[in-house]
Amino acid sequence: MLEIHDLHARIAKQADGREILRGIDLRVKAGEVHAIMGPNGSGKSTLAGVLAGRDSYEVTRGTVRYQGLGGELDLLELSPEERAREGVFLAFQYPVEIPGVSNLYFLRAALNAIRKHRGLEELDAADFLRHTRGKMKMLGVDDDLTKRSVNEGFSGGEKKRNEIFQMAVLEPRLAILDETDSGLDIDALKTVAQGVNAMRSPERATIVVTHYQRLLNYIVPDFVHVLYNGRIVRSGGKQLALELEEKGYGWLEEAVSAGV
Amino acid sequence: MSVTAIPATGGAYRAAFEAAARAQRGPGWLGTARRAAFERFLELGFPTPKHEEWRHTNVAVIARGEFTPAPPPDAAAEAAAEKFLAGSPFAALGGARLVFLDGRYAARFSTPGALGAGVRAGSLGAALAAGDAIGEALTREAPWSELAFVALNTALFDDGAVIEIGRGQVLPEPVHVLYLATAAAAQYLQPRTLILAGRDSQASVIEAYASLGEQGVFTNAVTEIVAEENAALEHARLQQENLASYHVSATFARAGRTARVALHALTFGGALTRNDVTAVLDGEGAEVLLNGLYIAGGRQHIDNHTVLDHAQPLGTSREFYKGILDGQASTAFRGRIVVRPDAQHTDAIQSDKNLLLSADAVASSDPQLEIRADDVRCTHGATFGQIDAEALFYLQSRGIGAEAARRLLTFAFASDVLARLRCAPLRRALERELFHRWTGLEGDGEA
Repeated sequence: MLEIHDLHARIAKQADGREILRGIDLRVKAGEVHAIMGPNGSGKSTLAGVLAGRDSYEVTRGTVRYQGLGGELDLLELSPEERAREGVFLAFQYPVEIPGVSNLYFLRAALNAIRKHRGLEELDAADFLRHTRGKMKMLGVDDDLTKRSVNEGFSGGEKKRNEIFQMAVLEPRLAILDETDSGLDIDALKTVAQGVNAMRSPERATIVVTHYQRLLNYIVPDFVHVLYNGRIVRSGGKQLALELEEKGYGWLEEAVSAGV
Repeated sequence: MSVTAIPATGGAYRAAFEAAARAQRGPGWLGTARRAAFERFLELGFPTPKHEEWRHTNVAVIARGEFTPAPPPDAAAEAAAEKFLAGSPFAALGGARLVFLDGRYAARFSTPGALGAGVRAGSLGAALAAGDAIGEALTREAPWSELAFVALNTALFDDGAVIEIGRGQVLPEPVHVLYLATAAAAQYLQPRTLILAGRDSQASVIEAYASLGEQGVFTNAVTEIVAEENAALEHARLQQENLASYHVSATFARAGRTARVALHALTFGGALTRNDVTAVLDGEGAEVLLNGLYIAGGRQHIDNHTVLDHAQPLGTSREFYKGILDGQASTAFRGRIVVRPDAQHTDAIQSDKNLLLSADAVASSDPQLEIRADDVRCTHGATFGQIDAEALFYLQSRGIGAEAARRLLTFAFASDVLARLRCAPLRRALERELFHRWTGLEGDGEA
């Protein structure tokens, strides 16, 4: 579904031009859950942002092939909204507050933009509510939350739950979760994980970006990759996450500089 | 203080004033005041940009114009009014409706009868002609001796709305005053509005201005508002005139002890608009809200000047203005807060925020604090910005196109100003109008 080859990227319009991603190679197949772990500053959020089309990053080298609805696409050529319509979803590390736009209106506009792109009929308010009702219940999202402005005045946990609620409504093919676990207490974490697990399917791939192993107790990954200094330095199964938890990230520096 | 384009003898304004003075009836003191105001207007002349209060707004187009009074509406004007009232979402926003067509009360379009006893809403001109007691509030609140446009209106107005809400009266629905203009270019309208809210009363009044044709009129409006002890009064001024119009307005409000007064200034139309709002917190514990939204595109110019005068202790004022500018539009905001020596424990917050959709639009913002008491809280802030890049990316990342996302965020920028309107029919009509204006969709962004 996703094939990243030799991806390099840096912060756009910045004079020093230091690369944050320095040659990422990653293949993600439909049905798989990949965890990307790494210390702060290793490039995790940059990778998530580049895949979603955040224009504050500039790709300097490499390719990203994505299996879209109608065939293979060069993901980097698409605008953020085109990527979303082709099934890419980014759960933000810091979801944005948008006062004055109701959560439900926003989601319906998004869903209809995606449906239109796929040649499906747009949903009116009543159909949309039917579509979302069960998902709200599953994620413990109450009516009040959906009527409020997008993320405005939401607690940290409510914001993250709202991201997963949006993901559940938009039903992406490739979901990228950027530090969705940070700042969550254990109950909120379980709810969020439950939502993600309920969406696991043979047609959908998920990339979970996280600093901590804790989330992976609840969303069990098929593969774990360790990102360090802009490169994937280790890949393995879920055991790798436990190893990281035990040793911390400190050993990486030694291991990488020793060329192990 | 200013260079005047008016001949010393008064030119066309003199002729109009003398003709009106012969025709107008009303109390003797008013006739005397009108003549004094007219002479004062000639002395003052129209302000120029050299005048500190008019630095951002050049009224040369008004000063140079040979304006004459708008004539009584003809059959075509009546037909245009009928069409507007049948079709516009802004035609019926309240219970009682007072319609003024080209400055004159139009009884056939008005429905003042919906009001109960203890409330008066009708034609000021008719009330004056009939010798009804209006009270000395008329001309008392608006200081014509200092302000040329107020002096001109005081001298020349011959009609407008008078709304009097008796002691303890609570109006369940707003009173909707609608000033409709069909007049030709180089004609003026001088509407005068007087709103008296008695002790413990509660009401909303909408004062709306709209054009029915393509022609641009010069409207010079003055509104006087008195809210007595513990009254709750909401006043919404809605300016939706066409892009050829010149509009100058001055609103003066006085809030008594523990009175709550909200003054909304919603300015969308006009080639050149200047609004002055002055609110005096004249009783202990008075609360005033100034809530403004100005939307300017093309070459529109909108200038809002406000004065919050804290004259008594324990007053609270909140001032929130927002502007959305596109094209080569220009706007100015000046917010003056005066805290007099007696006004201890004043709590005043002011903000003016501008969203610039075009690099050629120019907004200026100028807060002025004059604090002469020592135990007060007084804050102010102004911002000028573009659409937030992070919010834009967030919407795009969900599949919403960049242009649609920009429009949705523009609507969202205005939404908190609209949310402060307690008057639900006006709020809903504006939400639909602005939502449609920016998104091209029906609805109000709610579901």
